[in-house]
Amino acid sequence: MRKLTWFNVTSLTLGFAFLYLPMVILVIYSFNASKLVTVWAGFSTKWYAELFQNQAFLDAAWVTLRVAVVSSTFATILGTMAAYVMVRAGRFYGRTLFSGMIYAPLVMPEVITGLSLLLLFIGIGLDRGILTIVLAHTTFSMCYVSVVVSSRLVSFDQSLEEAALDLGCSPWQAFRLVTLPIIAPAVISGWLLAFTLSLDDLVIASFTSGPSATTLPMKIWSSVRLGVNPQINALSTIMIAIVTVGVITASLISKRASVRALEDEQAAART
Amino acid sequence: MAQTVFEPWNDPDAKPIIQFKNVTKRFGDFTAIDDLTIDIYEREFFALLGPSGCGKTTMMRMLAGFETPTDGTILLQGKDIAPISPNKRAVNMMFQSYALFPHLSVWENIAFGLKRDKMAKDQIAARVDEMLRLTRLEKFARRKPHQISGGQRQRVALARSLAKAPKLLLLDEPLGALDKKLRQDTQFELMDIQEKTGTTFVIVTHDQEEAMTVASRVAVMDHGKIIQVATPAEIYETPNSTYVADFIGDVNLIEGRAEQDGDKVRVAWAEGQPAIVGTTTRQFDKGQTCHFAIRPEKVAITATKPENIANAVKGKIHDIAYLGNISTYHVALPNGHMIKAQAANNRRLSRRSFTWEDDVWLSWTDTAGVLLER
Amino acid sequence: MRRFTLIAIPYFWLLALFLVPFLIVLKISLSDTALAIPPYMPSLDLSEGWAGFMAFLTELDFENFVWLTEDDLYWKAYLSSLQIAFFSTVLTLIVGYPIAYAMARAPEEWRPTLLMLVILPFWTSFLIRVYSWMGILSQEGYLNQALMSLGLISEPLIILNTNIAVYIGIVYTYLPFMILPIYAALEKLDGSLLEAAEDLGCSRASAFWLVTIPLSKQGIIAGCFLVFIPTIGEFVIPSLLGGSQTLMIGKVLSEEFFSNRDWPVASAVAIILLLILVIPIILFQRNEQKQREAEK
Repeated sequence: MRKLTWFNVTSLTLGFAFLYLPMVILVIYSFNASKLVTVWAGFSTKWYAELFQNQAFLDAAWVTLRVAVVSSTFATILGTMAAYVMVRAGRFYGRTLFSGMIYAPLVMPEVITGLSLLLLFIGIGLDRGILTIVLAHTTFSMCYVSVVVSSRLVSFDQSLEEAALDLGCSPWQAFRLVTLPIIAPAVISGWLLAFTLSLDDLVIASFTSGPSATTLPMKIWSSVRLGVNPQINALSTIMIAIVTVGVITASLISKRASVRALEDEQAAART
Repeated sequence: MAQTVFEPWNDPDAKPIIQFKNVTKRFGDFTAIDDLTIDIYEREFFALLGPSGCGKTTMMRMLAGFETPTDGTILLQGKDIAPISPNKRAVNMMFQSYALFPHLSVWENIAFGLKRDKMAKDQIAARVDEMLRLTRLEKFARRKPHQISGGQRQRVALARSLAKAPKLLLLDEPLGALDKKLRQDTQFELMDIQEKTGTTFVIVTHDQEEAMTVASRVAVMDHGKIIQVATPAEIYETPNSTYVADFIGDVNLIEGRAEQDGDKVRVAWAEGQPAIVGTTTRQFDKGQTCHFAIRPEKVAITATKPENIANAVKGKIHDIAYLGNISTYHVALPNGHMIKAQAANNRRLSRRSFTWEDDVWLSWTDTAGVLLER
Repeated sequence: MRRFTLIAIPYFWLLALFLVPFLIVLKISLSDTALAIPPYMPSLDLSEGWAGFMAFLTELDFENFVWLTEDDLYWKAYLSSLQIAFFSTVLTLIVGYPIAYAMARAPEEWRPTLLMLVILPFWTSFLIRVYSWMGILSQEGYLNQALMSLGLISEPLIILNTNIAVYIGIVYTYLPFMILPIYAALEKLDGSLLEAAEDLGCSRASAFWLVTIPLSKQGIIAGCFLVFIPTIGEFVIPSLLGGSQTLMIGKVLSEEFFSNRDWPVASAVAIILLLILVIPIILFQRNEQKQREAEK
């Protein structure tokens, strides 16, 4: 068993303090009674109450949620197809272009992605709004999904699919009954990633949305440009809380699953 | 006892279940199967044996429908199977990795193929239970594949591929993942199940012992061609080439020049050594290069020169490999040639008659070895 | 047929929503600004057939790119983006390496938790993480309050709206990208290698330099590119934390587009930005390739 040296303890402490202190301060000051955000004037939840009465924020949150659910679902379907094509379809005409188009959006600066899509939407005369944001988000998240899913597919034993065909499945049945259930964890994490990317996106949404649709990050953006704002602190606290609960739950579930798998293996070794 | 011997390949009226007719398979520039023709009969346990890359797995995958021949036809009960997709073929396969569906229980794995046939629920249940009994897996029906041992997984894979009662079962290195002891037990189990179900089995293996144990006939393959097809005993006793002789078991190969006299052939093989006398049914030209192949256990080792035997040479023991039940003696002849001889150790080690550097005589009858052209 | 559909759907989606928009950017970057809707010339008129297409081609030129070289705002912005990206990558490495190292040396049962703590900020809104520094770094912010109450300074430091704040923001938000690949490399490192080095006469420090660093090289390179590449085109951090003198190309691009409505120049800025990014992206790909081959 290795001991932690004082150096390692210090770097871990300082590192995690750096990562978490800003957020902790944000959370604490969201309960500050004063309007002057940097001066502590007692505990209060009034900013939360105000936030929930602010119709503009609620509308923006609703737009964001709808965009995120729809775009991440489409991105998951398209991204899984793309991953399947990349790993399984073998050679076809334009394969290099296809893989280029899968990887390029991952490294493309958001401003360029946003700009190019905006120019497309203007070019074809599509009214900018929720639909255009969904199209934009689907396009860049599907690439992330396809990377997540294809890394799972690469390690997937292809003889499982062949076995399904051998036992009488059509190719589609083989995918639905064998491949999909096995790669489901990767598909779900792909969906979660796409969902978070969409919730989080400011730049692409700013380019592709019109006056009819404002997303939550756009709303936050326009208020924080004017400086620190207690309502945003409250909103941030809520978002941090949701993510923290979500990530901890997910990691507990996966930990329990891995513990169970270990027990199963030990049980198998005994028989 | 009037038991009929099972050898449909010698019966001109027997209809083969599988026919490969001039089948060739190329992957780009690589020829995996080279103009191959062979018949496999019903109820046979047919083994495809060869080193990796010899094309045996490609043959099997063409039968299963995962590859299509570049040239030639494959017939199943007289019908060309090329247009039939894998999921419509009355052929099932047991995969080398077993390919058990990890998200389904043992029971569901076995029922998987039956459900695809839209069989009635109670019929499926009855068939799965029958398969579980056959493979002695009743206790594990509810377990997932990762909750059972390797040997049990192998049996699940077998049960799953047999559940649909295929005309032909393909087994791709079915025992490769098991340890040696378990493998031997499982070989007999496989033969037992094959006999009980009456299914035609085609097994792919690189393990010659496994092929010899289980198969009714063995096809020895190399570079996409079948070198010899015969029963295990014929393959061992009368290989048709040095390749087969060398691939199956241990062998002494001696190259020389033939001189034929009726069914006897004298092989001149080294200066100062008497010619080897063997028996053959083939014709050798005078002076033709030939190979004399003899198994080590057919070479007798004695301290004194034996009388009345066709071949006897003198040598010195160079090395002894003690294997428990038998010992293999490496005997160096005066010209430097090394010949292996095997003897059963029916005495205790301390009373064994030969040791290193002993002068010994090696001898064999004129029918003990075979003469090969190449 | 089924295979064709499977390929065609994602293929055409990407063609329509990635490649075509990109080609439009390329085309507009070669067009001229015009007081029209859309605000550029010429527009492609296919009613005149091939001749119209040729006429359209002849009207395209590199004027906007020439303009970019003439106005020093642009090349200064590119240079300053590269500079900020470079220094913040170095800073992130300096901050991130000890953390990754300590994580890899931590007792095995802690590691999943530590890893989760590094990944957690990934899932939290990027915008909020940048925003959290505004309250800390402002003139009456928490940092100045703390330093003044400790008596370390008498006047508040001006950090917000300077490049220092941009560096802090970049290091903070991109730190997990640096830690994760380095941690992955260090975690695989066999402890007996260090023992062997010490056994052969290395001191602790020289074993670190001669064994640990070279063996975590791939992770360091990957981490640096993961920070460097997105930082060049960064828009949110310089806009929120930087000041008027902070020049970053992402910011310039969107100002050109939204404030000046100069689409051709904005498109040209985007094309040049992509050309700049091609080199580090290719280097990054090559590093990944090498890593994959090494693992085989």
